[in-house]
Amino acid sequence: MNIWNLLLSAIVTTLLGFIIGVTYMGIRRKIVALAQNRYGPPIYQNFLDILKFWSKESNIYHGVMHHLAPLWMIAMAITILLIVPTQYGSKFFENLSFNGDLILILYLMPFGQLGMALGVGQTGNPNSAIGVTRGLSLLVGSEIPFIMALIAVMIQYHTTSVTDLVRIQQEHHTWIMFSSPFAFLAALCVLPAMFHAGPYEVIIAPAELASGPMSEFGGKYLGTMMSAGSIFMFAKLTLFVDVFMGGSTNWLWLIVKTFTVYLFVIAVGIIMPRLRTEQAIRRLWGWPLVFAILAFIQVALF
Amino acid sequence: MNRAFNDRESQKILDIIKNFARKNSLFILAYGTGCGAIEIPPTITSRYDAERFGIRGAATPRQADVLLITGYLSVKTLKRVIRAYEQMQDPKYVMGFGSCTINGGMYWDSYNTIKQLDKYIPVDVYINGCMPRPEAVIAGFVKLQQLIQQGKALGWKHYKENLEWYRQNQQKVIKNWRMPDYNW
Repeated sequence: MNIWNLLLSAIVTTLLGFIIGVTYMGIRRKIVALAQNRYGPPIYQNFLDILKFWSKESNIYHGVMHHLAPLWMIAMAITILLIVPTQYGSKFFENLSFNGDLILILYLMPFGQLGMALGVGQTGNPNSAIGVTRGLSLLVGSEIPFIMALIAVMIQYHTTSVTDLVRIQQEHHTWIMFSSPFAFLAALCVLPAMFHAGPYEVIIAPAELASGPMSEFGGKYLGTMMSAGSIFMFAKLTLFVDVFMGGSTNWLWLIVKTFTVYLFVIAVGIIMPRLRTEQAIRRLWGWPLVFAILAFIQVALF
Repeated sequence: MNRAFNDRESQKILDIIKNFARKNSLFILAYGTGCGAIEIPPTITSRYDAERFGIRGAATPRQADVLLITGYLSVKTLKRVIRAYEQMQDPKYVMGFGSCTINGGMYWDSYNTIKQLDKYIPVDVYINGCMPRPEAVIAGFVKLQQLIQQGKALGWKHYKENLEWYRQNQQKVIKNWRMPDYNW
């Protein structure tokens, strides 16, 4: 495969990920509005927000790391989107999926937040610093059950490659969520925390922290961060669908599956009130950890 | 280049697209100075739902597009308002609520409030009333959207060009003018 083909497929995948991710965010705002008995913004509202931020004419910046943090985030989001196999069996959308495995993805996932923490440190805003500490605490809270669930899956199927996991599910016509339900439950419980949505939105809490880590970012920086967040969200949804729900062979099926998972996140977010940091971590290290240990027991016994 | 930008006669396609995005995505920084702050919650929640127009609360000046001055401004608050306004990113707009921002309103002979807001920061849209109801607030937002689409909401540019005049006026009322150093 020549380099132009690779570049083209990378660009197409990124654009599709961006469009789908931003549309999901818009649908989420619409659903939240309907749940609150409002009419709500149009579904394409987030595109307008990003376009507006990109058409700002002044962009304040506080230093090199502040400048690099959004770039770091978007680079990490695109990298993960290219590593996660979006289309099983498609030569065009193969991207980097055969070079990276689950361990690499798990290693890359906190990079955005770490880059963010460095960038935020340079702004010197106390609200941002509090937001970052909360974010990193929640990261520790959600990563441990999630990684344990994925390790259980890796042991059970003797592979660390996401593509292999998708292949196994496609060939046996089953989903891992049925064959190892405890791992699925553990991952599902921490999913809202990984999206910083639902009860785990304490990081950006606008009313108490002035939107936390983002509070000193404006203009194009915020636009880039919103784009990065959308792409990263879609990449995480795709990873979840690949590992637990059998991946997909076309974009429509992928959209159906990822949106179903995202709908769960939205519903949890609408129903549950915001948790404090220590409550959130207690909750994340409660039942999800129990489910993850049960997943290990299931792997050991069967 | 700068003159051609947003100029009414030479509005390019890019400007039309940019202005469309700007007008349909207004992040508001509600500076709750006076009694008008109480009109903001009904405007943005279920009853009147300003999010239909893409109007959404922003938490910090850096992310905001519209600064709402909701009611009378005491001299002490004016200092903070100026600082918040200067931290916002261009293009930025200001809306003055109620008669207090137009001519002082019922505070016209007060010793520590300002009477005319647009002497100190440029105001794009005034909303009449004491206080304006949420319908009037939304009408004001629609008016602001029209101005943005036509490229007429240029208060931010006016402020930059006439900074000395504004500074003079600001320093006339704010006696202890000690602003920290910041870049905007």
